[in-house]
Amino acid sequence: MTSSEIFSIITFIYGAAALLYMIAWVFKKPMPGKLATAALTIAAIGNLAGILRRWVESNQMGIGRAPLTNLYESLIFFALTIAILYLFVEFKYKLRILGAIASLVSFLSMAYAALKLNNAIQPLIPALKSNWLIAHVMTCFIGYAAFTIAFGISIMFLVKSSKEAKASGEQPSVITSRIPSFDILDDLTHQMVTFGFLFLSIGIITGAVWANQAWGRYWGWDPKETWSLVTWLIYASLLHARLMRGWKGKKIALLSFIGFLAMLFTYFGVNLLPGLHSYQ
Amino acid sequence: MTKSTNPDSLLRKIWKFFTSVKLSMSVLLSLAATSVIGTVIPQNGIPEVYTRQYGENLFNLFNALDFFDMYHSWWFRALLCLLTINITICSIERLSSTWKIIFPKRPSFDANRFQKVKNREEWTSGSSPEALHDIFHPYISKRFSVSLSQKTESGYFIFGEKGRWTSLGVYAVHLSVILMVAGGLIGSIFGFDGTVNIPEGESADTIFLGNHSSEKKLDFQIRCDDFDVSFYDSGMPKEYRSRLSIIKNGRTVTRQDILVNAPLRFEGVNIFQSSYGEMPSDKFTVTFTERESGSLYDVEAGFDKPIDMPNGAGKFIVKDFRTSFEYSGFNLGKTFICTMIPTGKEPEPVLVSVDHPRFDMMRQGDFVITISNVLYKYYTGLQVTRDPGVPVVYAGFLFMIIGCYITFFMFHQTICIQLSNKGAGAQVVIAGISGKHRPGMNTVIRRISHHLKQLSAA
Ligand code: HEM
Repeated sequence: MTSSEIFSIITFIYGAAALLYMIAWVFKKPMPGKLATAALTIAAIGNLAGILRRWVESNQMGIGRAPLTNLYESLIFFALTIAILYLFVEFKYKLRILGAIASLVSFLSMAYAALKLNNAIQPLIPALKSNWLIAHVMTCFIGYAAFTIAFGISIMFLVKSSKEAKASGEQPSVITSRIPSFDILDDLTHQMVTFGFLFLSIGIITGAVWANQAWGRYWGWDPKETWSLVTWLIYASLLHARLMRGWKGKKIALLSFIGFLAMLFTYFGVNLLPGLHSYQ
Repeated sequence: MTKSTNPDSLLRKIWKFFTSVKLSMSVLLSLAATSVIGTVIPQNGIPEVYTRQYGENLFNLFNALDFFDMYHSWWFRALLCLLTINITICSIERLSSTWKIIFPKRPSFDANRFQKVKNREEWTSGSSPEALHDIFHPYISKRFSVSLSQKTESGYFIFGEKGRWTSLGVYAVHLSVILMVAGGLIGSIFGFDGTVNIPEGESADTIFLGNHSSEKKLDFQIRCDDFDVSFYDSGMPKEYRSRLSIIKNGRTVTRQDILVNAPLRFEGVNIFQSSYGEMPSDKFTVTFTERESGSLYDVEAGFDKPIDMPNGAGKFIVKDFRTSFEYSGFNLGKTFICTMIPTGKEPEPVLVSVDHPRFDMMRQGDFVITISNVLYKYYTGLQVTRDPGVPVVYAGFLFMIIGCYITFFMFHQTICIQLSNKGAGAQVVIAGISGKHRPGMNTVIRRISHHLKQLSAA
């Protein structure tokens, strides 16, 4: 099986996992939930296998490079990191509620890569031939995945607080009654943001070291660099707001939402601006 | 005396202003917001292009605000400066008050603090408190940097504590920010960043800084012995390789191949492969074709050497060369830029395209001019930099990663094991307190409880 074939099967399994998580959420049955976890685990393993397969393929073509060097490959790696990180959270917190969002993000990421982008394995231009590239891309994407999950939690937070504000006194609705308590959500957001912050920091730093090695400057205010700094600064202020000014709940959820938008722009939007980093 | 005229309280006020986390949040978010400007407006461009794009008025406004080179503008630097002062003062203030808490003269434990703690495990054991104490105390003292056991009426308290120092992690993070800003400053004051193009076989000791606005002479020469570029089948470049020699005081001191990710470093100066191109040699043939008669006149020529045009028509000078030249939306390809001085008239510019020899016919002159027999040589485009701030910035990187790891994933933990008589055996209670109420404490208590159970059963 070629890696592209593996990826298209995996895309469907991610979709199925998302569906199962939603069913588990709405009908509150344990069975679909367990199936969902199994499906997502299989998808993640398959995703990893596909990436390794692609690596082997590039070696067979005599190009031999880690499959982390263009938008297509980064989306596939992103899907994997989201899935793994989410499964870890599910395991640790015994919490399935985020599964729907996490699997959906992985599904969309894979589907977009498969439908819209060129999957040919291309050789590398000289500047990308560096081990720092692998460290840089991996750490950045682990950071992105953590922020995405934090964003998912923030959405739940906002949904829950707006629904409960409306329905105060009435029976809580089917959807929101499954959302865990505000305390747990808040704690989880913080865990994800700190994890993401550490990895985004390492990502920016490895990028800087690499740039210093390839172009003789560790920082050049290139749009991608600048946007990653913007993202980093937003999350830094979130950490201070929470720790020092005691911000909680809605305000933190809002900052995490803004940080996520900045992160999305760092990832996709910057390709519209000129600079060294634009993939393709 | 009113407060504001009292110098002491004014200083206090300024100090207080800089210790505020509200200020730091405003500065962090302002830096984030303003940084975006420079990604939307291209930086360090040509004024004419900006005027065309934004119009006269907007251009003047943006120019006044330094938006075209905003990361070096006074106000952006002022924000960075504010951030640094803020962090420094904030850290001094907090560190001085937390130091005593972090490093107390002698540790003390208070069993009462653990009475209502949520993170706890309880079980009963068949062994006596004394027996358990003799097993548990070594375990705790091995695992915790500070431990203590206390005899009580009905048994024992065993305390353990570690990780007090982890609250220093935050200061490492803040120090890292200061180091990075300082390193950047050192680089911009004492460093340089320039480019130079060197044809194969030739050498250079002068580089161009910024947008070719100024030059800098190095105290050594760089010679390009050889340049190679290889391509993939698709036509994409695969590898650029320059063989460089460094010549100092007439002696070759180093010789090395450089690639895109593998620069040459010499006496604090870094030489990077950054581009390449083709350059004509200084010897070629200029052909004048008389329009009326069609007669051809060949003249050997070089750069900046005036040559005589046929029949005393004037002088002709080849000034410069471009690998590609845009003329009214049409790319002329390899083009020589020349000046013609017809006898008794004003000099006029002439473009001679090698790739489009008929182009000069459009000029409608007495002669059509072409250039041939050009030998091209590759030149290597080098980036030459010196940045004494790099070690400082890299130290900042290290502090940032280590500091974040300590702050986020390690924490101060104190535990208390209470052993009391219960029938023939003992009641065991294990409770723990963490700095900043970390959820991780839960796991710590569960794991310790699990180990102790195994130890006491064995
Ligand atoms: C880019 C700049 C900055 C970064 C990356 C940064 C990073 C951090 C981090 C990661 C934490 C720990 C948060 C946590 O435990 O969850 C922290 C805490 C803190 N920061 Fe900053 N910070 C920055 C600027 C500032 C500034 C300008 C101030 C000045 C007021 C400041 C004051 C504090 C204080 C007081 C704490 C709490 C320390 C404690 O727990 O005792 N930070 N910072």
